[in-house]
Amino acid sequence: MSNVHPYVGRAQPRVDGPLKVSGLARYSAEFAADDLVYAAAVPSTIAKGRIVRIDASAAQSAPGVVEILTHENRPNMPAEDEPYKADMVAVPGGPFRPLRDDRIWFSGQPAALVIADTHENARHAATLVKVEYEALTPEVDVSNARDRAYDPPEKRNGIPPPPPPRGDAEATFKGSVIRLEEEYRVSAEHHNPMELQATTVEWDDGRLVIHNKTQGVNNPKNYVCSVFGLDPEAVQVSTPFVGGAFGMALRPHYDLTLAVMAALKLKRSVRLVLTRGQMYTMGWRPDTLQTVALSAGEDGRLTSVRHEVIQATSQFEDYQEPTVNWSGLVYDCPNVTLGHKLAKVDTSTPSDMRAPGATLGMFALETAMDELSYKLKLDPLELRLKNYAEADQNDGKPFSSKELKAAYETGAERFRWSKRSPEPRSMKEGRELVGYGMATGCWEAMMQPHGASAALTADGRLEVACGTADIGTGTYTILTQIGADAFSMPIEEVTALVGDTRLPMAPVEGGSWAAASAGNAVRLACAALKEELVKRARGLDDSPLANASVDHVVFRDGRIALASDENVAVSYAKLLGAAEGGRIEAMAKFAPDKEFAEKFSSYTHSAVFAEVRVDEELGVVRVERIVSAIAAGKILNLATARSQILGGVVMGIGMALHEETKWDKRLGRIVNANLGEYHVPAHADVKNIDVIFVDEEDDANPLGVKGLGEIGIVGAAAAIGNAVFHATGRRVRHLPITIDKLL
Amino acid sequence: MNRFSYLRASSVSEAVEAVAGDPAARFIAGGTNLVDLMKYDVERPGRLVDITRLPLNGIEKTPGGGVKIGALVPNSDLAYDDRIRRDYPLLSSAILAGASAQLRNAATTGGNLLQRTRCYYFYDVGTPCNKREPGSGCSAIGGETRIHAILGASDSCIATHPSDMCVALSALEAVVHVQGPRGDRTIPFADFHRLPGDQPEKDNTLEHGEMVTAVELPAPRFGRHHTYLKLRDRLSYAFALVSVAAAIELDGDNIGKARVALGGVAHKPWRDADAEASLKGVLPSSSAFADFADRLLSGARGQGENDFKIELARRAIVRALGQAASGTPQVQSVKQVN
Ligand SMILES: Cc1cc2nc3c(=O)[nH]c(=O)nc-3n(C[C@H](O)[C@H](O)[C@H](O)COP(=O)(O)OP(=O)(O)OC[C@H]3O[C@@H](n4cnc5c(N)ncnc54)[C@H](O)[C@@H]3O)c2cc1C
Ligand code: SF4
Repeated sequence: MSNVHPYVGRAQPRVDGPLKVSGLARYSAEFAADDLVYAAAVPSTIAKGRIVRIDASAAQSAPGVVEILTHENRPNMPAEDEPYKADMVAVPGGPFRPLRDDRIWFSGQPAALVIADTHENARHAATLVKVEYEALTPEVDVSNARDRAYDPPEKRNGIPPPPPPRGDAEATFKGSVIRLEEEYRVSAEHHNPMELQATTVEWDDGRLVIHNKTQGVNNPKNYVCSVFGLDPEAVQVSTPFVGGAFGMALRPHYDLTLAVMAALKLKRSVRLVLTRGQMYTMGWRPDTLQTVALSAGEDGRLTSVRHEVIQATSQFEDYQEPTVNWSGLVYDCPNVTLGHKLAKVDTSTPSDMRAPGATLGMFALETAMDELSYKLKLDPLELRLKNYAEADQNDGKPFSSKELKAAYETGAERFRWSKRSPEPRSMKEGRELVGYGMATGCWEAMMQPHGASAALTADGRLEVACGTADIGTGTYTILTQIGADAFSMPIEEVTALVGDTRLPMAPVEGGSWAAASAGNAVRLACAALKEELVKRARGLDDSPLANASVDHVVFRDGRIALASDENVAVSYAKLLGAAEGGRIEAMAKFAPDKEFAEKFSSYTHSAVFAEVRVDEELGVVRVERIVSAIAAGKILNLATARSQILGGVVMGIGMALHEETKWDKRLGRIVNANLGEYHVPAHADVKNIDVIFVDEEDDANPLGVKGLGEIGIVGAAAAIGNAVFHATGRRVRHLPITIDKLL
Repeated sequence: MNRFSYLRASSVSEAVEAVAGDPAARFIAGGTNLVDLMKYDVERPGRLVDITRLPLNGIEKTPGGGVKIGALVPNSDLAYDDRIRRDYPLLSSAILAGASAQLRNAATTGGNLLQRTRCYYFYDVGTPCNKREPGSGCSAIGGETRIHAILGASDSCIATHPSDMCVALSALEAVVHVQGPRGDRTIPFADFHRLPGDQPEKDNTLEHGEMVTAVELPAPRFGRHHTYLKLRDRLSYAFALVSVAAAIELDGDNIGKARVALGGVAHKPWRDADAEASLKGVLPSSSAFADFADRLLSGARGQGENDFKIELARRAIVRALGQAASGTPQVQSVKQVN
């Protein structure tokens, strides 16, 4: 079988694919429990104000109702904020707490929780709870709150604030002839994963097994232990499958708090599945107002960059994401000023959504760069190359690797960029105007400490495990590949486990760090298991490997054999026979190399090229093709990696042309909180997408992996918008580019 | 969703009787609209009368050379029916421009006529809506109006009828067959849906308990000179911002007869017989079509956010009439507008 190795680097089909397509993969809303009751949250109909009265009498006497919880009768909860901040992804401020008191912060906020014997009875009774409000006028439009924008007093943990200014951008800009300053805006978006936010709590005599839709099981565990004062030994969170999340399931949400609250109160198993409409009451990509000012010399070299953002956040938390920092590091420029302000609106707190910050900031920067290229009468790609950054000027460090130039080149060639005629409105095909646009993408290559285990089990299989999550990205598959390669085993004989607090510790799965972090942790665990196996082989009576060390043996075909003479061997079966419980396990911890990180900056990059066709008279835009060339270090699995980029690009098409969460500004209510009226791209909107991975060697970790769950979306919307400009001569600076904006 | 009882009707008269005798009863066909509305608590029927087993799924020739389509013929079957594709390609095309394949498989001819508006506020029981709760007020006026009417709206309601199929049926001058507690009747398509006036709760002219049994089309006459052009917020699977069903009968080089209905702009498919008559004897040209568009849209009024729909409709009418006149109808699977 050795000829099939290595699995790493190939297009390996998903190991969990058969489970998913056959419906055997179990999601958080699908776990059975004895004596289970079902909860439904009653959404507030106002966006701001107070609950004056709750009349639950009709609901109480509806069929099957077990209990109705409100802020008036809920069990005691800690009064201070601190316990609710046991959340790895918390942001500054006071976290939202369902049923805390009579205050309403955002539309759809749960005002009561109905628990009944069936899902249907709970949902029905929830419609019978009468809540009387005292409503105040909400503000949901960040552009109306811009006068009240402020510098976040407390920075969000783990999110780099904008670096201090370098040079003098303002004076340079003022003294420049070639310059532009524009405002860019991307409408608010919601994540809209397929799987609804859901929690099933299995109550077993005080012990809780919680199935909660999450991007990291340890986060909800820590949170409920902290909030409800539970013994960590008595709480297990188990979420083997997640049906898409895009960042939405990083933080604990009110489905978790309410389901656990109800289970503890009733001493019963409880399930709470949110409705699609309630998916719009938590976490969203914040509405932003961005100003980008650029100046350049005749030679096309940037002389100054100013990028400032006013980003929406909730009334109760200061959510922050790195929106402007990219403008200080993607291009080489001596004079840079970056600023990030917040403005409060009466909504839930925004949250990380696929490439948070970068998606928005790079849209603005890359659109401005495109505008500059026309001012300079310079090819947009050439402008990027002229200003190529060889080092990260924000941090004053070289890049650990940066094959963006290769990405530009291969992407441009595949796209046939050279066929572009420079003038806007100069290309036509039939009735339609044709436009070519391009943009750069950038995302930080991050890593986090992760634990992992590797074990040989009684049936001779290899089991690798890590407490990370697979949110549909392919984590199961790459961990299986790494394990199979380490032991030269057929991939069918390897099992990967993730998504359970009983597994070795891992943080949430986000920031595209899971592949590098969990992947290297599993690799280390496999190495540790090899050491353990050799140690045990040495220790056998009359061991043929008595003097062997890991360096002198090979692991293959169910045996450890001397590299110099493979006839001298000990079988795994023999070792397992002698092992307690018929299982031999080893653990390892991976931690990012701090010294390396002090010396180098690590980023992934992309070059995105888009061709659009525009029926100018009718305002209809079609994205004919996109080429996305990615430089993201070593690619572990060409199939799942390609899928990640495809998905990111499709989301970029949505950002450019379709997605917009619409609030009624008077009521503060989202009017399109469903997948019928919130438009994501349909099949017809997605034609040809070509994904290229350029070779990139990186030493930040032993696998050479950078991660690529997010880079695919960055730059895509700008490339499309730039192509629309090239086709039509119209610059749309407020996404999405809908028909009305082109008429 | 509320609790309800369920009856599977075994005859049309049983179904009609069951609904007519109970103000809280509703027919259910494909359920693709009604069940959604029940989940949103907008519709709260005490009883559902399932009509899907009734023998109303035939597509039959009529003595007059037309065709009679049973109320339960699924949208997909109708769109792909050989005779419909040959003789009424405009109808087939309009159906295929709507919803998704899965929805069209489940949706029925009768249900499509009776589907309710997609007005955001109509779906949101947390807001006032005259159509949902007469007298409570209209939240859409002054609010988010992208998908709302530019023609025929009232101070009580500015909703649109969302169907694509009905726009074609309107242009083709269909007749709706109805059976009610007091017997059968037929309703010309133009009189089937109504404008909101001060009774927006009434989408159409059916009485409670009256059931649509069939839709009849007159003998085919437009040949290839037709089109269905739909403009929307993505290239598929979105309701029309504006759509145009156009059909032309040529008399030599000139227009003999023209039928033009607009979708997405009013509480019913929008036609203007006088404007259509003005095209008679006219040589097809962009300027003639533009004049016609101005006439058809005279009285159009935006609500703010949807102001653009007036200009969009004007351009769409001109384009669609051009397609129809040249016998090059829009093909729905091709996303490029020809
Ligand atoms: C996401 C989504 C997208 C859609 N997009 C489009 C689109 O782009 N274009 C479009 O045209 N449509 C679209 N539709 C709507 C779809 O066409 C309608 O839901 C469908 O036609 C309704 O038919 P049905 O048989 O399922 O009706 P049902 O849901 O069963 O019934 C609808 C109503 O009609 C009544 N009814 C049904 N049959 C009869 C009868 N024979 N006599 C009297 N009353 C009757 C019912 O009582 C109910 O009030 C979409 C729907 C959804 C959910
Ligand atoms: S437009 Fe009609 S349906 Fe919409 S809120 Fe107003 S009354 Fe209701």
